[in-house]
Amino acid sequence: MTLVVLDPGALTTVQDRGRRGWAHLGVPRAGALDADAAALANRLVGNEPDAALLETTLTGVRVRLEEARTLAVTGAECDVVVGGRSCAFAEPVSVRAGAEVQIGPARRGVRSYLAVSGGLAVAPVLGSRSTDTLAWVGPPLPQAGDKLPLGPVAGPPRAADVVVRRPREAVLRLHRGPRADWVTSQAWDALDGAAYTVGADSNRIGLRLEGRAVERVERGELASEGVVLGAVQLPPSGQPVVFLHDHPVTGGYPVIAVVDPDDLGVCAQLRPGEEVALRALGDRRRSHG
Amino acid sequence: MHITQVGPRAALVEVADAAEALSLAGWVRGRVAAEEVVPAARTVLLDGLGPGTDLAALLAGWSPEVPAPPGPWVTVPVVYDGPDLEAVAAHWGCSAGDVVVRHTAHVFVSAFCGFSPGFAYLSGLPTELAVPRLASPRTRVEAGSVALADAWCGIYPTASPGGWQVIGRTDLTLWDPTREQPALLAPGTRVRFVEAS
Repeated sequence: MTLVVLDPGALTTVQDRGRRGWAHLGVPRAGALDADAAALANRLVGNEPDAALLETTLTGVRVRLEEARTLAVTGAECDVVVGGRSCAFAEPVSVRAGAEVQIGPARRGVRSYLAVSGGLAVAPVLGSRSTDTLAWVGPPLPQAGDKLPLGPVAGPPRAADVVVRRPREAVLRLHRGPRADWVTSQAWDALDGAAYTVGADSNRIGLRLEGRAVERVERGELASEGVVLGAVQLPPSGQPVVFLHDHPVTGGYPVIAVVDPDDLGVCAQLRPGEEVALRALGDRRRSHG
Repeated sequence: MHITQVGPRAALVEVADAAEALSLAGWVRGRVAAEEVVPAARTVLLDGLGPGTDLAALLAGWSPEVPAPPGPWVTVPVVYDGPDLEAVAAHWGCSAGDVVVRHTAHVFVSAFCGFSPGFAYLSGLPTELAVPRLASPRTRVEAGSVALADAWCGIYPTASPGGWQVIGRTDLTLWDPTREQPALLAPGTRVRFVEAS
């Protein structure tokens, strides 16, 4: 009842929907970066939506299933090869015991999800099986030779699901952030429609945007404050950083915008060097007190 | 108190200081449905709010005079032999021995956690004893290091890079995710330092 990791590739982590309720102790939420893709993979193999699966990074992963199971691969599009045979992407695939599974490298996008019926049953930490790559709470990184236990099969695969895969536009819609007044109004207006390039050091902690520096209003030092998923932080360099699932729970740079939660999956699949457009949402700042 | 929306599902509440933030965070738990309540130096972040939450109405019942719920007491034994003990003594204009006397004389409160899991920002030092961060952070500070920055005291739960001035070390385990209370110094915890014998 195990999945044997043969080659973890560049970075493969175990993820579920992440841990909630521990931010006040300094624990990042972690969880699958492309939550919709992960949920789809679980649904295709008949798992509950919070089942743990593998998240790969660009290069994919090679594993062996020691027991006959169903698997599905979603997220970044890639080849799925089971026992030497090419199989469908984003569809349930029956795998016999002992078969080798090779997924990746990604043709477009960054992160693919490999769900196996029954889910990965590694020991949860603080209620979640997600590995966070900032504080390293959660299961350790899978290494070649590691055997990850599989849970009992929950339900039948949902082969009937019609999966429509539309390439998502490389657009991030921005809400005004709690410190939007730390940039000039011209700088805020200029963000709407601006194009940025994804930085090479982007990772599960943050998506780094490189381009025209966003001009700050000089307001001195900001005391550290709680930060949300999708927060767009502005360091002194003026190059924005979008906080992704492994982000630190507090930060001392102003959060000038917040990426709409529906666009976080876009962040998960943007490659370094790709261009992304920003769009300011018209929501008025709600403020009281 | 000032409430600012943070995206569609969160709000940041600004208050006067860390004590108010701790009070508000304690008051909010159980009264406002939020996935995360994160106090910090001058704010409380409420994340994962339900749609249509009228936060202004809900928070109207809180006032800065509401005391923070009393947290547990933790006594932390410290060996005061840190590499920055003399530098702190110089900042305070006293001897290394007096640093120990002063540090053990104050009652600290865990105002909030951040930086790494279980790293508590302990308030309680008077502002005139504030010390600067190191000009160049150390690449490795050992777990259990007791350190100062500004008027905060902190204990490194795990070995990590760090720029706080280390005055001593403790054997206590600050962070253990297998414990029912994973952080020894969760926000609200009251802390007394004693010199380890």
